[in-house]
Amino acid sequence: MSTVTAELHESPAEPRTHYLNASYGIRSWLLTTDHKRIGLLYLATITFMFLIGAIAAALMRLQLIEPQGALVQPETYNKFFSIHGIVMVFFFLVPSIPATLGNFLIPLMIGARDVAFPKLNLMSWYLFITGCCCMLYAIMAGGVDTGWTFYVPYSSAYSHQHVIAAALGIFIAGFSSILTGLNFIVTIHKMRAPGMTWFRLPLFIWSMYATSVIFILGTPVIAITLLLLGLERLLHVGIFDPRIGGDPLLFQHLFWFYSHPAVYIMILPGMGVISELIPAFSRKRIFGYTFVAFSSLAIAIISFVVWGHHMFVTGQSVYAGLIFSVLSFLVAIPSAIKVFNWTATLYRGSISYEAPMLYALGFIGLFTMGGLTGLFLASLAVDVHVNGTYFVVAHFHYIMVGGAVMAFLGGIHFWWPKITGRLYPDLWARFAAFTIFIGFNLTFFPQFVLGYLGMPRRYAVYPAEFQFYNVMSSAGASILGVGYVIPLVYLIWSLRYGPPAGPNPWGAKGLEWEKAPSPPPTHNFEEIPIVTQEAYDYAGTSGVAHV
Amino acid sequence: MPAQAGWRMSEAATHEANPTGLAHQFEDIEQQREASSLGMWAFLVTEIMFFGGLFASYTIYRALHYSAFEWGSRNILEVKWGATNTAILICSSLTMAMAIRSAQVGKKKATTIIYLLVTMLFGAAFLFIKLYFEWRQDWIDGFVPGLHWVFTSAHPSTVEPGVQMFMCFYFFMTGLHALHMVVGLGLLTVLVIMAARGRFTSQYWAPLEISGLYWHFVDIVWIFLFPLLYLIGGRYH
Repeated sequence: MSTVTAELHESPAEPRTHYLNASYGIRSWLLTTDHKRIGLLYLATITFMFLIGAIAAALMRLQLIEPQGALVQPETYNKFFSIHGIVMVFFFLVPSIPATLGNFLIPLMIGARDVAFPKLNLMSWYLFITGCCCMLYAIMAGGVDTGWTFYVPYSSAYSHQHVIAAALGIFIAGFSSILTGLNFIVTIHKMRAPGMTWFRLPLFIWSMYATSVIFILGTPVIAITLLLLGLERLLHVGIFDPRIGGDPLLFQHLFWFYSHPAVYIMILPGMGVISELIPAFSRKRIFGYTFVAFSSLAIAIISFVVWGHHMFVTGQSVYAGLIFSVLSFLVAIPSAIKVFNWTATLYRGSISYEAPMLYALGFIGLFTMGGLTGLFLASLAVDVHVNGTYFVVAHFHYIMVGGAVMAFLGGIHFWWPKITGRLYPDLWARFAAFTIFIGFNLTFFPQFVLGYLGMPRRYAVYPAEFQFYNVMSSAGASILGVGYVIPLVYLIWSLRYGPPAGPNPWGAKGLEWEKAPSPPPTHNFEEIPIVTQEAYDYAGTSGVAHV
Repeated sequence: MPAQAGWRMSEAATHEANPTGLAHQFEDIEQQREASSLGMWAFLVTEIMFFGGLFASYTIYRALHYSAFEWGSRNILEVKWGATNTAILICSSLTMAMAIRSAQVGKKKATTIIYLLVTMLFGAAFLFIKLYFEWRQDWIDGFVPGLHWVFTSAHPSTVEPGVQMFMCFYFFMTGLHALHMVVGLGLLTVLVIMAARGRFTSQYWAPLEISGLYWHFVDIVWIFLFPLLYLIGGRYH
């Protein structure tokens, strides 16, 4: 990171002091309380964790090229999918957009000099790093084989792997989420610039607010659950232990009470990013602002009462199953409202297809597929058939990768000029967006078919008749992998060679574009702006004033 | 929302070290106080969810193994110690509130410090009773699941597994609560140092207020733990 700052400083085009060149050296980064620098610290950390999770995924797809398993013993394969799941969910997706773009953008978007508690913000990052180290230790010491769900009694009594280290990592990283959410809630409530009313806030802020609510309500429950799991493993007796009258299903209830809302922790920030991208590249105010804003809150609230749909076949009561099924259908409504409003925004808009917009359009399509197949799974009768198959795997990857990761990349591409002050090569960026879209669909669409045909998830071997689809999926994964490497290359390239971006290369609306230079100064604004406009006031602007 | 003129404060001014405890990202002390107060309330919400997982599990298991829980409560826990500790904690909440009040109305700093020290004394007394008279005795009697569990034939074997479950909850819940008490004592120590340095004025007392919120919260958790653990056995002497 410090090399980045040095390079930017050398450019004669930018003699101005900004947050990247205000101070130098490793100390100035490790002890920073600047929300923008902390966002970049998170970006570097989660990119590294993404790499680990991606390697595990690549090894899984290699293994599944052949029906009898091309690479390793089933015991090792179990570790691959567990590490992939744990790292990607808890150490990449959950912090991805909130901790990077959220940290960077929230104060800029609402017209504040920093988040409400800058030191707490830095502490969150250190907690996250500590959690990452625990997880990396668990991996290097031999791995975990419980799956990312840690179901008891396997995880508490029978697994001989490093469950406690992994659970401790998630526990600690969870406190990072809690403190980040707390910081965001207070910042959004108390730090808005004069005139920045709730209904003038960019929709990204609304979605970050909803995400923060889930952070502070959901994360403590997984924390206490993993604490109980760890104690039970240490003491060989605990509240999930059937020998003393404990019920292993209680673990699943507690786990999913967090982990279902966690799905929305992953997708809500993505929805927020898309709500920024679509108006910016359609040159239109978003259609139905209020509906989009409140649908974020509705999703956050309903997400807490649908966890039982993960347990339709575990023996929970039929009536509980019925109610959870109905509630799961309900949560589709606010999600659909968002999709309809985005498409209505596109209607008669002056659309241009820059790289961020390609990711946004990709998101809408893939998220819709992921969401609709979620309704299949929310139906009791269908779920009995496809539960525990690749259908489920395909469904949630359409949401988490097709949705959350696409939105994350779209957001990074959109705000990269603001973050670094540099432009990246647009042609390469569009090429990467297409590569990712094609690679993604080739990887995961066959898995819908596999699941429907009955191939169970989490097995290292499979009947030969499934090989065709598995090879297709592995081929897609290799394309997807290339698609992820390309942006990594040209974004790093742009740090040194990219042309200066100027304050607002997209001609977008919002305080971060209109009132702050790129990169912004340490205290964000020369003077705190006074807001007199609605968000997305694109009336009167047309075409794209960029590049 | 603070006056708009205040928002235009130059960047240099926001950088100045501020003797009143105002951090650079805030415009005025009132905004800062509101932010820290809201932050603590949000934190307490997470604490409620943290303990909530345990309370929910306790409720389910108490319904499943009612007689065992009742037996454990009656024969292992001692109401007199639970009641004493309840009284101690309520008193400590009172002295905490007095400490905040004394700073708000601008009393001498010694007054605030004394109230804080008395609060700490109550907190320490609670922990001492818990540790010495209760947990230590449980260890001697062999009522610690997983570490030292000796359930003799004198006890009814039908409830044995459920009693072990009850004691798991007892140690998890009171242990987690005690951990929060220890954190609270740490916070109070910091407050005493701050008060001794004369940091608190009738304008600036936010750290006292938010630590007070935390202290009262820990108190309230105990107010729920006491009946759930000690009183369900129905032996009140």
